[in-house]
Amino acid sequence: MALRFRHLLGIESLTTEQILFLLDQSKPFQEFQRYPLKKLATLRGKTVALAFFEPSTRTRISFATAAARLGADSMLFQAEGSSLKKGESLLDTVRTLEAMMPDAIVLRHSASGAAEFVAARLEIPVINAGDGAHEHPTQALLDALTIRDRKGMLENWNITIIGDILHSRVARSNIQLLSRFGCRITLCGPPMWMPPEMESLAHGVRRTARIEEALEGADVIITLRVQTERQHEPSLSPEEYILLYQLTPERLRRGHPDAIVLHPGPMNRGLEIDPAVADGPQSCVIEQVTNGLAVRMALLFQVLGAPADSPGEGTNASD
Amino acid sequence: MLLIKNGRVVDPVSRTDAVLDLLIEGERIARIGEKTSTAGAEILDATGWIVAPGFIDLHCHLREPGQEISETIETGTRAAVRGGFTAVCAMPNTQPVNDNASVTRSIVERAAASARARVWPIGAASVGSKGEALAEIGAMREAGIVAVSDDGRPIAGARLLRQVMEQCRALDLPVIEHCEDASLFAGGVMREGPRSARLGLRGIPAESESICAGRDVEIAALTGARYHVAHLSARRTLEHVREAKRRGLPVTCEVTPHHFTLTDEDVTYDARFKMNPPLGSRDDREALLEGLADGTVDAIATDHAPHHPASKEVEFDRAPFGVIGFETAIGLAVDELFHAKRVTLPRLVELFTTGPARVLGLRENRRIAVDALADLTLFSLDYPWTFRAEESASRSRNSPFDGRKFRGAPMATVVAGRVVWRRP
Repeated sequence: MALRFRHLLGIESLTTEQILFLLDQSKPFQEFQRYPLKKLATLRGKTVALAFFEPSTRTRISFATAAARLGADSMLFQAEGSSLKKGESLLDTVRTLEAMMPDAIVLRHSASGAAEFVAARLEIPVINAGDGAHEHPTQALLDALTIRDRKGMLENWNITIIGDILHSRVARSNIQLLSRFGCRITLCGPPMWMPPEMESLAHGVRRTARIEEALEGADVIITLRVQTERQHEPSLSPEEYILLYQLTPERLRRGHPDAIVLHPGPMNRGLEIDPAVADGPQSCVIEQVTNGLAVRMALLFQVLGAPADSPGEGTNASD
Repeated sequence: MLLIKNGRVVDPVSRTDAVLDLLIEGERIARIGEKTSTAGAEILDATGWIVAPGFIDLHCHLREPGQEISETIETGTRAAVRGGFTAVCAMPNTQPVNDNASVTRSIVERAAASARARVWPIGAASVGSKGEALAEIGAMREAGIVAVSDDGRPIAGARLLRQVMEQCRALDLPVIEHCEDASLFAGGVMREGPRSARLGLRGIPAESESICAGRDVEIAALTGARYHVAHLSARRTLEHVREAKRRGLPVTCEVTPHHFTLTDEDVTYDARFKMNPPLGSRDDREALLEGLADGTVDAIATDHAPHHPASKEVEFDRAPFGVIGFETAIGLAVDELFHAKRVTLPRLVELFTTGPARVLGLRENRRIAVDALADLTLFSLDYPWTFRAEESASRSRNSPFDGRKFRGAPMATVVAGRVVWRRP
């Protein structure tokens, strides 16, 4: 089984072995974040193009920092103030970036399938940093790393995902990843954001519109961000959302006592999550951010750095 | 004089299915018989081929005037005759929209100068197809339109639809509807279902189509107009048509080859799988196949919708809807309907000939008989070939069937007694 891959387009296209390999490879990079001097020379001379066609702060900074700490240079393309406003197409833009000879491109775009579209047309590896409502694979990987660290393993947990499932690439990638490990996934949110066909995404996915029921016995709770910018969508008023779906300390008590709470950020404190939960002992939101760096360093190292025929150190899949 | 020798003549009107020779003089069939020979006639050897009345496509976009970068009347009809079509109905969503007699006349003139097949324009129902004011349907009829439609969108509002239908009833024209409910459609790009959920693409429920068809049938009953559902894609829409037929209403419908061949499960991020209406579920496809067999569906129409390659070479969300379809229609019909044993050969021919002719209310029906117009489609049930979009006669390349292997194949096309295309 080949552990290496050329593009990272989504969790769905990774093998389970590749997922475990990436998580194992992330371990040393987690340690590394605590070093006083955070700079390696591993990817010195390599360049990563960060093509962010959609506003993003944390994912962009995380990838840029990951590249820098591996010694790579990054070149940033942002939709703001770019030639996109002059009518340049996605394809022309990424081809222009490619002509500046980066060794890989990290792509964030509002259209589902954008990463696959670009990967089929460029010569360099493409890393999907979020494509529309489709996938956000590095988010799912960092969530998995966080779950494995906190709970000791990835297998067979009761996972509850709350929020706008339909439009969430984070939900799709997490469903794809966690269902591989036998986790039972409960989706919860307003019915219009959680159509029946979401259950067909993977084995062991069920839906409930009632948060109390969704949290019963939960081991891991993933709270999604309410995308307030999605204004053309019919949606619940904030008051209604808080009443029905906010993760509060009382509701959290329905979960397992050791349950952990994840949030992909940025949080709307007081909307989808009560501040007491966000800052409470069960919350993992801060370590998620640090783990994101580790996962992205492991990923960039894998795509750009490791010699083609050696999978590198630490390939013994644990768990 | 043209002598078509040894072909298997299949004519649903006269229920002919026999190996016969056809002698054509001028624009008409002069003689039909076994072993006809005439000195001096050009001979077309049709041994092993089907010889059928000329195929009609009720639904295509020739893009002229206005979008000649994607297609012209010349290139579009060149592709049409390569696909076995002798007559094509051109939808009015050109630039400008064919919503008045002067545009209609210019299309008719351009067709007379450059078209390989007959071009029958369809006029817009409302000015600019904007769904506000009634178009000058009477004047367009004088200029040569064969039907009325705001294709690309439904005729907006039941009140305007009623006026259009009343007008068309008086003028004896069919009203062709692109069935869609705008609020349910809501920016969708493919059929709503497990596949759209997986791909994270915005889904369009089947009810967007069936709700509109349901409304339309009510207004058709109210007005007595001839009503035709374009590119029908959903089981529930077909049930509306079936029910209307049972009531004796003059309601008809067409189905495209891509809808009876593919389903939403075939959709990828490749924009060649993006069309409107979108590919339906497996159950919808099954319903279409049943309707094609049992007579609920009146015609196969291509909805040939060329788009310049650059406009389709974008993210799925941004790509325009539509696929080209002339050159693959017979291949798909023969392979997916006849060889798959879903329809008989005479029924297949009917879906391309008498079916569409009846929808249009053509005075001269499509048939093979002495003195009948010599529009003929010659095709094979067993000629292996591969469709290559890059070799298409169309200016566009947006086909989901690029590289597909076929057994069914158009072999030659005769319009008004002239061989306008034959397979090289």
